[in-house]
Amino acid sequence: MYWTLEMTDPLLEVRNLRVAYPSAHGYSDALRGISFTLGREKLGIVGESGSGKSTAGRAIMRLLPPKARVTADALRLSGFDLLGASERQMRDIRGGRIAMILQDPRYALNPLKTVGAQIMESYRIHIKGSRAEARDRMLAMLEDVRIRDPRRVTGLYPHELSGGMGQRVMIAMMLIPSPELVIADEPTSALDVTVRGQILDVLNERVEAQGAGLILISHDLPLVSDFCDRVLVMYGGQIMEELAAHDLSQASHPYTIALNASLPPLDHAVDELIVPEYDPSWMTEAPK
Amino acid sequence: MTTPSLEIVNLSVSFGHGRASVQAVDKASFRVARGEAFGIIGESGSGKSTILRAITGLHDGYDGEVMINGKPAPRPRNRDFFKTVQMVFQDPYSSLHPRRMIRATLMEPLEIYRLDRREARIAQVLVDVGLAPEFAYRYPHQLSGGQRQRVAVARALLLEPEILLLDEPTSALDVSVQAGVLNVLNALRRARGLSYVMVSHDLRVVAHMCSRIAVMTQGNIVEELTVEDLRAQRATQPYTRTLIAASPAAVTAD
Repeated sequence: MYWTLEMTDPLLEVRNLRVAYPSAHGYSDALRGISFTLGREKLGIVGESGSGKSTAGRAIMRLLPPKARVTADALRLSGFDLLGASERQMRDIRGGRIAMILQDPRYALNPLKTVGAQIMESYRIHIKGSRAEARDRMLAMLEDVRIRDPRRVTGLYPHELSGGMGQRVMIAMMLIPSPELVIADEPTSALDVTVRGQILDVLNERVEAQGAGLILISHDLPLVSDFCDRVLVMYGGQIMEELAAHDLSQASHPYTIALNASLPPLDHAVDELIVPEYDPSWMTEAPK
Repeated sequence: MTTPSLEIVNLSVSFGHGRASVQAVDKASFRVARGEAFGIIGESGSGKSTILRAITGLHDGYDGEVMINGKPAPRPRNRDFFKTVQMVFQDPYSSLHPRRMIRATLMEPLEIYRLDRREARIAQVLVDVGLAPEFAYRYPHQLSGGQRQRVAVARALLLEPEILLLDEPTSALDVSVQAGVLNVLNALRRARGLSYVMVSHDLRVVAHMCSRIAVMTQGNIVEELTVEDLRAQRATQPYTRTLIAASPAAVTAD
């Protein structure tokens, strides 16, 4: 019974989410009413810079600056209203129930704390265990993200880690309190191509093992379609198209098709790349 | 064989001294014919950008030889050298002076080289890279990433060089914008017979732009192959195969 409840209730429900920032001429819209639901699955959000994909992730975490005006008909995590939550409640949710993995571990980790101390802190804030328990869990977690010698790595500082190792540490730190939802904002774009696959494998494995939902935010269309179950394509603060990842080649929206075509193909030569042209009508909101 | 436009012979660059010394580039050699585009791929720290920086003279303490049109490049580099070789850097957000109008940025090489018809040259070069001449009166923050990179290309083209060194020219840009910049670079090479040395970690970009490709890892060129071999995955070195396998396949629209 427990399971059926889990499966039917959406993990995350977003309805008509809007974000606007004050500008010289009133408010300018960053997100213009996006709606989607997420179960225990992997959802990709793709779009170019300025399309609002990162804003969406941050709005769910309520991490936008205070001057941003955020409204939504619904923004709920397993039925819990995120927009109405107090700042104190949000502090438990951030890191505890929703985790966020950022682009560059060099900036996202605390440079003055050892790897072990950072991961243990994340555990003890949200789980309230003893120091010894936290240490055991931390070592196990490092092993889970396939760090070869956890005991040695716990004593290292972030600057002593390679990019790939830093991102593994970040994944360990974010997943140790067993969050229900993981938001990964360009988790591999600061890494080398050869390391990207390994990091995504680790992320996938951990998220599946813990039964969490995942939102992967990226500008990399092939990567997202390889990794996710479902993809939202964003442009100008709106969702242009939603499709199953394996149907990406049958995308119907002209923007998705253009985005696909602008990528240089690897298996054959083309004379000139197709530069996407933007249709102003995409910026206007679809009538409800 | 005719004299190559650019040739490097046993180029080695190391940083630091004694035990802390790091061999960033170890005896790299390649030739680039006139009008050819040569690509270098490899992961970060493999030494690919260091080669470009050694060619331009930003790392002066290299061993080996850099030959331009069959003659060794002067050390330190002089004006004639930069009239022949120009470089475009990775990040247009940091390679343009933020408080200078585009016109002032583009004017500088013209003043240093005492060229005539300066306004006309600036207007022409902006058109060549696909921007309107009015862009000369803007500041970098008023431009998008793709427009800035076009300005950086324009600045490199003003001196009408023969060789353009491109250090990850599109990795800071969106794919949709990247397509436009790559098209401009390709068109310019064909129209002016330029030689390119292009460094990138993106296999697709290098395959699209270059006819021959060197694969670097840990300071060594492990393999040099043609673009046809790369597309058909006829790589002989295990490292090259890893690189190819790590690039997710293109979604081909039918």
